[in-house]
Amino acid sequence: MLSELFSLFYQFADVFAFLVLASAGLAIVFGMMGVINMAHGEFIMCGAYVTVGLVNLGVPLPVAQIVAAITAGLIGILIEILVVRRFYKRPLDSLLATWGLSLIVTQGMLIVVGSSIRGIGTPEGSFAVGDYTFSTYRMILFACALAVLVGIYVLFMRTRFGIIARATMQNAGMAQALGARTGRIYAVSFGIGAGLAGLCGALYAPTMTLIPTMGATFIVESFVTVVVGGANVLLGTAPAAMLLALVRMSLNASYGQIIGQIGMLFAVIAIIRILPEGFSSILARRGR
Amino acid sequence: MLSLVNGPQTNGNGRGFWLAFLAVLTMALIYPVFADSYDVGNFSYFLIWIFMALGLSLIWGYGGMLTFGQTFFFGIAGYGYGVLAIIMGGGTATIAALILSVFVAAFAAAVLGYFMIWGRISGMFFGIVTLAATLSLAFFLGQTAGPEWHIGGARLNGFNGMKGMDPLTVGEVYIEGTILYYVLIALILVTYLGLRMLVNSRIGNVIVAIREDPQRAEMLGYDVRKYQLLTFCIGSGLAGLSGALYTSWGQFITPSSIGLPAAAMPIIWVAFSGRSDLTATLVGSFLLLFGFQTITIYSQQAALVLMGALLLATVMMMPQGFIVGIAQAVGRRWQQLSGRKRSGNGSLQSGES
Repeated sequence: MLSELFSLFYQFADVFAFLVLASAGLAIVFGMMGVINMAHGEFIMCGAYVTVGLVNLGVPLPVAQIVAAITAGLIGILIEILVVRRFYKRPLDSLLATWGLSLIVTQGMLIVVGSSIRGIGTPEGSFAVGDYTFSTYRMILFACALAVLVGIYVLFMRTRFGIIARATMQNAGMAQALGARTGRIYAVSFGIGAGLAGLCGALYAPTMTLIPTMGATFIVESFVTVVVGGANVLLGTAPAAMLLALVRMSLNASYGQIIGQIGMLFAVIAIIRILPEGFSSILARRGR
Repeated sequence: MLSLVNGPQTNGNGRGFWLAFLAVLTMALIYPVFADSYDVGNFSYFLIWIFMALGLSLIWGYGGMLTFGQTFFFGIAGYGYGVLAIIMGGGTATIAALILSVFVAAFAAAVLGYFMIWGRISGMFFGIVTLAATLSLAFFLGQTAGPEWHIGGARLNGFNGMKGMDPLTVGEVYIEGTILYYVLIALILVTYLGLRMLVNSRIGNVIVAIREDPQRAEMLGYDVRKYQLLTFCIGSGLAGLSGALYTSWGQFITPSSIGLPAAAMPIIWVAFSGRSDLTATLVGSFLLLFGFQTITIYSQQAALVLMGALLLATVMMMPQGFIVGIAQAVGRRWQQLSGRKRSGNGSLQSGES
């Protein structure tokens, strides 16, 4: 009995972690700047490639993962300064610009590094509950997802940067008048978003085949989580991921992965019909 | 009714424009006489995609809804044509398969559009929800390799794609080669003129009014949602027409014509050309398809990098689109020149009558 329950929890945790890790960076960038970063998947890919490259050079996996996330974050800041910055007043054009970037990066990577590189195996280690055994690494991913959520909460609610960032999010002009350097806040936020994307890639790198187009496997999940979550990362992302994970887990268990994905999409389309602004709208209203 | 081909929502209403239009049409009509059949086949291949581009111009440029789902409906109708052509058998039934598959795509657009438009999804979310649907369809079709995935006698075949359907046929005659070329020219002519009439009609003016300010249009008493849904269905149906024609042209279709990077292509053609004008979209898309095909022969990746760079360059340098931008600059220069000769009486007014 206990082992069945834990098995259900394990499957839920697996999907939940994937949704949270894949969407956190996208959600922060959207929540702060109102920009959907279509190159989000490429930052994920970047994190994965840096991780695998470093591990193949002999760097221990956790160190490689941290370095990969930081690398993606720094590239994100660079991209913000060079491209994204010009589009805050034209959010739809930002979608196109980042999509152009995404095409350039994926196809450029295909030319430069070829279709696949030598991967690294999933770290060994499993534990048993009752009759079933479970992969330890998947539980580590779940813990990381929770840590990311807590980290975002602490960063935005408990630090000076967070206060200024939230002020900028609410009213950029007023924040600027009060002395906040909003340009820098935006650059750093975009960097954090890209870094979280890189972290996602780094964490999932050992579990999947690395190809330059791997970002596409993440973006559907990250898009729908952000759509369901709404504009407020702090309030929306976690409940959205939880709900979608429940839908997906129950469908996965009975019908397999692909029906799970399609079912999740149908759920999303039904949810936006009822809740156009996502979860953060009802939660924010209640909080007032 | 016919006078609606000219109007405020389309560039190029003067006599000069229509003379140039006739010249281009004539050239297109006599082209197969001079070209060898391989080039005519290639030309047909470019023309197939024009419907999808025009549809996107209608939805995005005129309707103001940024949809990333053109290849979703392309795929639905493309696979739809394949399945129907196999189930109903070849011969003249393929024409019915074409029409039916386009209707299936338009119906899918009505369902998806209902949930999005009535759910008041707009702006960026419209784009990413349609893209999520598109990518999910591509993933789904990609894993249908097993024999259990079939509709009637039609196997879906996963990543390798569907094949074995007949091309469009009337009686004993396959619509291929030069015949297909002329059929496509005729279809494009009808679509292009029909869309011009649509956007210059009362309905078209409402569609544009909604793009400019949905709230104001609603206050003026229009049910914004119905007009948006209509726009979305027509534009997506045109993407479906491209899909069905594509399947008929090559007698195969694969999931890769739905997913990434295929889904970005219509966006790039239309953004580069100038989404707010049908003529610019027609010309620009054709040029880009031609250029893309030329480079693809050497390296597909390089061609795609270039397309990405083109999209980036468009939004950074000329957000309204290069063809529209250039045409407007030329038009202004032309008016300056002709304005000195005969003051006023601009050729743009001819559509008002």
